[in-house]
Amino acid sequence: MELKKTAVAGTMESSDIMVTVEPREHGGIVLELTSSVMKQYGRRIEQVIRETAAELGVEHALIRAVDKGALDCTVRARAAAALFRAAGQENHIWEVGK
Amino acid sequence: MNELLNTIPHIDRITHRGAFSGAAPKRTETFRARSGKDNKVLPSLEEAVRAAGLRDGMTISFHHHFRGGDHVVNQVLDTLADMGFRDLTLAASSLADVHTPLIRHIQNGVVTHIETSGLRGQLAEEISRGLLECPVVFRSHGGRAAAICSGEVHINVAFLGAPSCDPYGNANGYSRDDDTSIACGSMGYARTDAKYADKVIILTNNLVRYPNAPWAIPEYDVDYIVVTDDIGDPAGIMSGATRYTKNPKELLIAQTAANVIDAAGYLYDGFSMQMGSGGASLAVARFLRQMMQKKNIRCRFALGGITGQITAMHEEGMIDRILDVQSFDLDAALSLKKNRFHHQIDATYYASFLFAAAVDQLDFVILSALEIDTDFNVNVLTGSDGVIRGAIGGHPDTAAGASLSVVVAPLTRGRIPTVIDRVNTIVTPGAVVDVVVTDQGIAVNPRRPEVAERLEQAGMRVNTIQQLKDRAEALAGRPDPIRYKDRVVGVVMYRDNTVIDVIRQIDES
Repeated sequence: MELKKTAVAGTMESSDIMVTVEPREHGGIVLELTSSVMKQYGRRIEQVIRETAAELGVEHALIRAVDKGALDCTVRARAAAALFRAAGQENHIWEVGK
Repeated sequence: MNELLNTIPHIDRITHRGAFSGAAPKRTETFRARSGKDNKVLPSLEEAVRAAGLRDGMTISFHHHFRGGDHVVNQVLDTLADMGFRDLTLAASSLADVHTPLIRHIQNGVVTHIETSGLRGQLAEEISRGLLECPVVFRSHGGRAAAICSGEVHINVAFLGAPSCDPYGNANGYSRDDDTSIACGSMGYARTDAKYADKVIILTNNLVRYPNAPWAIPEYDVDYIVVTDDIGDPAGIMSGATRYTKNPKELLIAQTAANVIDAAGYLYDGFSMQMGSGGASLAVARFLRQMMQKKNIRCRFALGGITGQITAMHEEGMIDRILDVQSFDLDAALSLKKNRFHHQIDATYYASFLFAAAVDQLDFVILSALEIDTDFNVNVLTGSDGVIRGAIGGHPDTAAGASLSVVVAPLTRGRIPTVIDRVNTIVTPGAVVDVVVTDQGIAVNPRRPEVAERLEQAGMRVNTIQQLKDRAEALAGRPDPIRYKDRVVGVVMYRDNTVIDVIRQIDES
């Protein structure tokens, strides 16, 4: 999936995560994560976002994520939505991964 | 006269004070004129500190009845720092966010040791990062009272803020003379300090005429009085009525907890109870009230930190007596002032293990928790990130005393599971915790099979604590363990003042 523009998904509400995706030409996936549960779940959130990008075939992007304690399913949905929007893709294939 | 004494057989058994040699000169001024001169009021805090004989290395104490509005601790510590004191032990009944300025006094060596029920905010964070060389000692309200009474904590000078005091030291958390003073209601924790401290200094913004009856602290326990404009911020000392939660999750937990109490057989005519002030635990009162009306039964006494919900039920005639060690809101403070069977008690009477205390007469208590583990141990002191952010309060005292201790908590808070393998800090041991009620299930301690049986007979579904833990983990995922350094920054005492756990410095590397 090719990213065309910067896009955002999610909110700053508690139990949500706001994911911002910026297209990049190279450098792989650069992730800047802040989280209210960084110590306990920082590793897990990063893993879920990277998995989602990989599943959608995104190789290069700057992803900024501000997490307020979102569950895995929310992290995955917000990351996917931001990536779809960045790709300008309308006909979302929501069934990514599990 | 000595001849007279010699004629008394067994005089040695009767007195050693000898014979009467004349009375002290009588005073003839009016009582009013005398009150203005011969009294315990000193012109400044500095003079009171000097008069009390405070020295480096001594222990000073404070109460936390002014909660987040307290200005006494900071004001006194600023003065003591200016006067050049060092190496003091600060033994407070609790400390809050407002006490952040203590960080500076610790860095400057004015305070080198702290005893408290809890810590919050920046001060708590700094201590979790290793600010103090000597670990902070955390005690329950009952444990602190016992330690002060037994001399394990020896208070040299107590600095006690009082919303009213007369020139001889009769001090109280409100005044019957006016309606305008800053009221904190009960001064239960301060009363223990006043009774056992070597010297007691009352700080008041409201010097009233003698006698300030009713009083929390009697004049014979008070040495000096300092009048100051500012003992605290009324808005921080008391918020109006504590509101009932509207959070549906908390209401569900509360409703379930009330049903548990009823099914377990502790809701009968003449029962006794204590309620927390947190969202879900306070909301239990609302459901109990409905059940009591339906059954047409009354509560003999409500104990503890008292809220407007409890005093409203008292005024409706549903609770006969209130035993109040700490008034949580303005409604509670006002009720203490006007209702004769709303009674102020001290910390010893409330919860000391050295005596048969009021907690030992409880049918049930509703308690909150930050974490509960699969052995039913409860943590109310450190957050899920390992940082100190709470207070023991009367948690272990009431859990141990009550016939049924019910811990209420959401199964997860945001993403953080509440029911886990092992709590970060054991405050209340599983040995005194009976039932855990979450929004997603109930667990009964295997120690109480008869309770589990009664709940099931009442049609309630009982889970194992392990099932609750698995459910939380399935939702939130398994959290990475918190990393600590070896260094101990806090020591947690059980209510009998034995060490039950330690808090270690957090590892942020």
